[in-house]
Amino acid sequence: MSLIIGLLVILIIAVLMVIFSTRLLMSAISLAVTSIIVTLLMFRLNSPLAAVFELSICAGLITVIFITTISFVKPVAEEELLITWKRRLKKYIALPVILIVVGLVISFLLKPMVLALPPVLQETNVAYTLWNIRQVDIIGQAIILLVGVFGIVVLFREGQNK
Amino acid sequence: MSAENAEILRIFIPFIILLLIAGFYFILATRNLIRILLGVEIITKAALLAIILAGYVTNNTALAQSLAIIMIIIEVFVVAVAAGIIIQIYKKTGSVDARNIRNLRG
Repeated sequence: MSLIIGLLVILIIAVLMVIFSTRLLMSAISLAVTSIIVTLLMFRLNSPLAAVFELSICAGLITVIFITTISFVKPVAEEELLITWKRRLKKYIALPVILIVVGLVISFLLKPMVLALPPVLQETNVAYTLWNIRQVDIIGQAIILLVGVFGIVVLFREGQNK
Repeated sequence: MSAENAEILRIFIPFIILLLIAGFYFILATRNLIRILLGVEIITKAALLAIILAGYVTNNTALAQSLAIIMIIIEVFVVAVAAGIIIQIYKKTGSVDARNIRNLRG
């Protein structure tokens, strides 16, 4: 149990690093670290297949997409970074305080509460669930995939024309 | 639900809510479009963790995992299309500031 608490604390620290970092590249890398910690938590929660997807796609592919996008944008000068850092600190200084207060309040509220979810024991095979029980989701996913591909093609074709 | 599952639920819920708050705060406070996308990613992580947690405590990890996999794949496309839009905005306006696209038509 202490391992889970430790991982969750590191998760919040990684998220705060995403938020507070002045360099976009550091934020993107911190997001990858966040994904890795979420992966470890998923393994602990008996979801290895989803964890592998999270690790390969969220920590890998999405980080690459973010870094590619950042490489298109003009980098900020060193003097500007210091000013931006001070401005960001002023803007986000309330966030850790809010998180600590809300976290403590929720923890105290949850303590006396009886948390009970009904046990739903169904199919245990992920592949069977995905392909046989959630077929509609697969169709929706395929449509979104096509829309995404067309969207990217249209976006970059317009860019080339101009 | 076993005592261990109740304990896990009690540990995870505050942290998931904190992740959500951090993500929403980040989106509301920043004007950089890339950072807004990072905020959306943080919120997605919280939702993903909540789905997996629900699957674990109800002893239905297969369904939770299949939903999580679908969510991750859709997330990639959302990020890819949003990144494409951000690059186009940068090419047009020369910055990734959300204030620059306030006076769009429509």
